[in-house]
Amino acid sequence: MGEKLEVKELAEVAVRFSGDSGDGMQLAGNIFSTVSATVGNSISTFPDYPADIRAPQGSLTGVSGFQVHIGADMVYTPGDKCDVLVAMNAAALKTQYKYAKPGAAIIIDTDSFGPADLKKAAFATEDYLGEMGIDPDRVIACPITQMVKDCLADSGMDVKAMLKCRNMFALGLVCWLFDRDLNIAFNFLKDKFAKKPGVAEANIKVIQAGYDYGHNTHSSVANVYRIETKNKVPGRYMDITGNKATAYGFIAAAEKAGLKLYLGSYPITPATDVLHELSKHKSLGVTTVQCEDEIAGCASAVGASFAGALGVTSTSGPGICLKSEAMNLAVIMELPLVVLDVQRGGPATGLPTKSEQTDLLQALFGRNGESPMPVIAATSPTDCFDAAYAAAKMALEHMTPVILMTDAYVANGSAAFKLPNLAEYPAINPPYVPEELKGSWAPYLRNPETGVRYWAVPGREGFQHILGGLEKDNKTGAISTDPENHDLMTHLRQEKINKIQVPDLEVLGDKDDADLLIVGFGGTYGHLHAAMDELRAQGKKVALAHFKYINPLPKNAAEVLKKYKRVVVAEQNMGQLAGWLRMKVDNFVPEQFNQVKGQPFVVSELVEAFNAIINK
Amino acid sequence: MAYTVQDYKKGQPRWCPGCGDHFFLASLHKAMAEIGVEPWNTAVISGIGCSSRLPHYMATYGMNTIHGRAAAIATGCKVANPDLTVWQVSGDGDGLAIGGNHFIHANRRNINLNMILLNNRIYGLTKGQYSPTSPRGFVSKSSPYGTVEDPFRPAELCFGARGHFFARAVATDAPGTVEILKAAYNHKGAAVCEILQNCVIFNNGTHDAVYSKEGRAKNAIYVQHGKPLIFGENNEFGLMQEGFGLKVVKIGENGITEKDILVHDAHCEDNTLQLKLALMGNGDGFPVALGVIRDVDAPTYDDCVTAQIEEVKAQKKYHNFAELLETNDIWEVK
Repeated sequence: MGEKLEVKELAEVAVRFSGDSGDGMQLAGNIFSTVSATVGNSISTFPDYPADIRAPQGSLTGVSGFQVHIGADMVYTPGDKCDVLVAMNAAALKTQYKYAKPGAAIIIDTDSFGPADLKKAAFATEDYLGEMGIDPDRVIACPITQMVKDCLADSGMDVKAMLKCRNMFALGLVCWLFDRDLNIAFNFLKDKFAKKPGVAEANIKVIQAGYDYGHNTHSSVANVYRIETKNKVPGRYMDITGNKATAYGFIAAAEKAGLKLYLGSYPITPATDVLHELSKHKSLGVTTVQCEDEIAGCASAVGASFAGALGVTSTSGPGICLKSEAMNLAVIMELPLVVLDVQRGGPATGLPTKSEQTDLLQALFGRNGESPMPVIAATSPTDCFDAAYAAAKMALEHMTPVILMTDAYVANGSAAFKLPNLAEYPAINPPYVPEELKGSWAPYLRNPETGVRYWAVPGREGFQHILGGLEKDNKTGAISTDPENHDLMTHLRQEKINKIQVPDLEVLGDKDDADLLIVGFGGTYGHLHAAMDELRAQGKKVALAHFKYINPLPKNAAEVLKKYKRVVVAEQNMGQLAGWLRMKVDNFVPEQFNQVKGQPFVVSELVEAFNAIINK
Repeated sequence: MAYTVQDYKKGQPRWCPGCGDHFFLASLHKAMAEIGVEPWNTAVISGIGCSSRLPHYMATYGMNTIHGRAAAIATGCKVANPDLTVWQVSGDGDGLAIGGNHFIHANRRNINLNMILLNNRIYGLTKGQYSPTSPRGFVSKSSPYGTVEDPFRPAELCFGARGHFFARAVATDAPGTVEILKAAYNHKGAAVCEILQNCVIFNNGTHDAVYSKEGRAKNAIYVQHGKPLIFGENNEFGLMQEGFGLKVVKIGENGITEKDILVHDAHCEDNTLQLKLALMGNGDGFPVALGVIRDVDAPTYDDCVTAQIEEVKAQKKYHNFAELLETNDIWEVK
C-alpha cells in the first residue's frame, strides 16, 4: 500500500470537523488550521456551537462543528460547504452532512455507529449511508475508537482518558489526506500540554496512528491533496479569533495612550470571551470587573473613564438595551467610552450563539434624545484588532462613547494574524486640558477645530468640575434649561461627531465600470468579497464597497453609492444599513439582499441573487 | 495644608427651605475640611433625585449621573483610580429602589466608597410618591389608599449584603453627622451612612421623633464602640440582651446597674446584635440607634484588585503588548 498516490493540486479546501460537544472538534480544527497556516496557506475558521448547554451525548442537538477553510491564495470565508467532513458519531453525520459538497470525502468513526448511536441520531435502519444517500466509496470508515484504544494500550491511561484522544486520530487522517507536516502539530501539542507531557505524548502518538492508518490502508480510496501557497506575505503570524483580536486591540490602544484599561462587563454570549481574555492580562495592568449586571458594566466603565482610564464595556444586543442609558450619560458628559456589541440573533434572547447584523439601528439610534454616537463595524476576525484600536482612539481623542460592532461569526471565527507592530500604529492623544488654562478653564470649553471639550482628570489641582446627565451650559457646565442653550448643545454634540475624520470608503473589483456595486458592512466582508470574486470569474463587472465606519459615514460615501447603475445592499437584517444610507444619501434607492437566518451568508446564494439583479 | 469648609463649598443650593439636604450638605463640607483630603483628590458621585443635586454644591470633582447608578459609577471610578476619595450620594429611591442592585453589590464587594443614603422616605423630585422606605400603609400620590408593601430597612439590606460598615445620623444633628462621616472615611471599605432627613413638602415630620435635639434625647441612643448602651434624658435607660432579642431596662430598678448594660461592639464580625440595634425604633418602645453601629475591617475590593495585579505582574513574564503577542503560538512565513 501507499505505493502510488495521486496528488491533486487544489486552490482551496474546506474541512469540517464534527462530533459531540465533548469530542474536542474545536481543538482538532484549530491544530489543522495552525498547521496549514504555518506553511503559509490562507485560513479562515468558523466554530458552530450547539445551542444546548450540555445536550445528551450522541444526541442530534449536542453536535458541535468546526470548519476550516484553507487556500493557496486568499480565502475570505470559512467556505460554504466542505470538501471533507469528519463525523465522529452518527448524530454528527446526520446533522452535518448538509454542509458537505457533493462528492466530499467523509471520515467516520464506525465504532460510534452502533445500534444505540443510530437510534439516538434518529436513523431508521442500520444502513445509515443508504438512508442519507451517501456513496460508500466516498467514505473513509474506520474504527477510530478501537484503534485509539489499541494505540494507547501500553500508556497506562484509563479508557476515558484514551477516548479523549479520538479527535487526534481524525486529525492525523486529515493531515495525511492533505499532506501536512505532522511536526508542526506535534510542536503545537507539546506547547499546549507543556505541563502535562503525558497527555502531549498520547495525543502525538494518536495523530501519528491516524496518519499512518490513512497512509497504509486508504491510498486506494482517496487522493492526497496538496494546497500550495501563493502570494505569501512574509512575517510572523498567530491564529486569532475576533474576540481575542478585539481584546488585543483594546490592550494595544490603552498602552499607546498610556492609560489604564478598565473593562466593566457582564457575561453574555457571544461576547464573554472578551471578558475572559482581558481578565487574563493583569500583568499588563488590565482591570476587569465582572459586574452585577449589564447596566453596572457600562456605568462603571463611565466612572472609570471619568477617573482617567480607558473605560470599555463588552456585551451583545440584549446588553446594549440595558446599557443605553449609561451610554447616553457618556454622550452628554462627553467622556470617552468604548461599547462593544458582539451581535447575535434577536430580538430578546433570540439566538444567543448565532450571528446577525440586526443591532445596527439600535447602535445608531437606540437611546433617548438626540444622542449621536460613532459606530464602527469590524469586517473580519483580524480586523477586530484594528477596529478596536480605532474605536478606542476615536473615543479618547473625541471625548465620546463609540460603539464597536462585531458579530458572533467574526467573534468566534479565526484567521492568521500577522503580529502587529504597535510602533507603526498612530499615536493616541487625548485632549487633556492644558495646565495654562488653570483658572480660566470650564468643563465645556471646546477646541474650536474639532469641537471636542478638554479632559480634566480628577487628581489635578485647580480643575475640579462637575459633570452630569442634566443639560448643561455650553461653557460653564452648570445645569441649564435655557432653550437656546439646549439647542446649541444639541448641535455641538452632533457637530463634534460629524467632524470625526474616518478613512474613505474603498471600492474593490471593477471600480470604474461595474454593472453592480455590492454594499455591505461589518462581518459579511468575506462573503461579499468571495461573491464578487466568483461573479468576476464568471465575467461579470462587479465592485464591492464595504462599510467599516458607519457613523460618521466616510466623506466619499455618497459619491461612491451614486456612481453605479445598480447597487445592492446585502446585510443580515431587514435592511438597516440600506435605511441608514437612504437617510444620509439623497435619492439613493438600492436593491436589497436581506437574510436573517443566524448563519453566515452562503456565497453561492449571494452569487445567484446578485446575478439575478445584474440580469434584471 | 489645612482646608476650611470654604474650600469644599460651591454655589447656592436650590433645595426647598428647611429641606434636610441643606443640613447634611453643611455637615459634609465640615467633615471634609476636618478630614483634609484635597478637593481635587475627592470625587462626589450621585444619581438622580433632590439629594443627588448635592455634587453641584461641592468644590470637588463630581458627577450628578443617572437614576440609580451612582454606586456602579462610583465603583468604576474608585477601582480605576484608587487614589481618589470617593463619596457616593443617593436618596432612598435612587439608592434602594432603582439602584438597589448596585447598593447591595457595592457592599458585598466592599468597594472603598463612602456611601451616603439620604432617607426621607419619599420621592421628592417627582413630587410625592412613596419610596421603598415608606412604611406600610403610607398614603401618597401614588398610593392614595395606602401602600400594601413593607419597606426596606437599609441596615438589613446592608448587612444582608455582607456590609462591614453602617452608621446613622439625623440631618439636623451636625455633630452626629460629622462624626459618622469621618468614621465612614476612616473605614476602609464600603461605608453606608444612613441620614434621616425631613422632606418639608411631601413627607413633613417623618423623622419627628428624633429630628429635634429634645426628641433625640428622649427617643434616640448614641451608640459608641466600647461604651455601654445607655440612653434617656438622664441616661436612665439601658439595653440588655434577653433571649434572642434586646430589652430596654431602667438603671437602678430591679437591681440593674450600669455594669449589667450591654456594651456596644461595632467591631464584632457577627452582625446579629448590631442588626438588632439598627432595627430599633420602629414604634416598639426602643430608641433609634444613631452613630456607628457596625465598623468591621475587611479586605477592600479595590485594594485586592491592585494587589492581584501586582502579584500577577511579578509572576508573569510579559508586561507590555509586544511581550503579550509572544505568548502565543507563532509561526513564520518566509
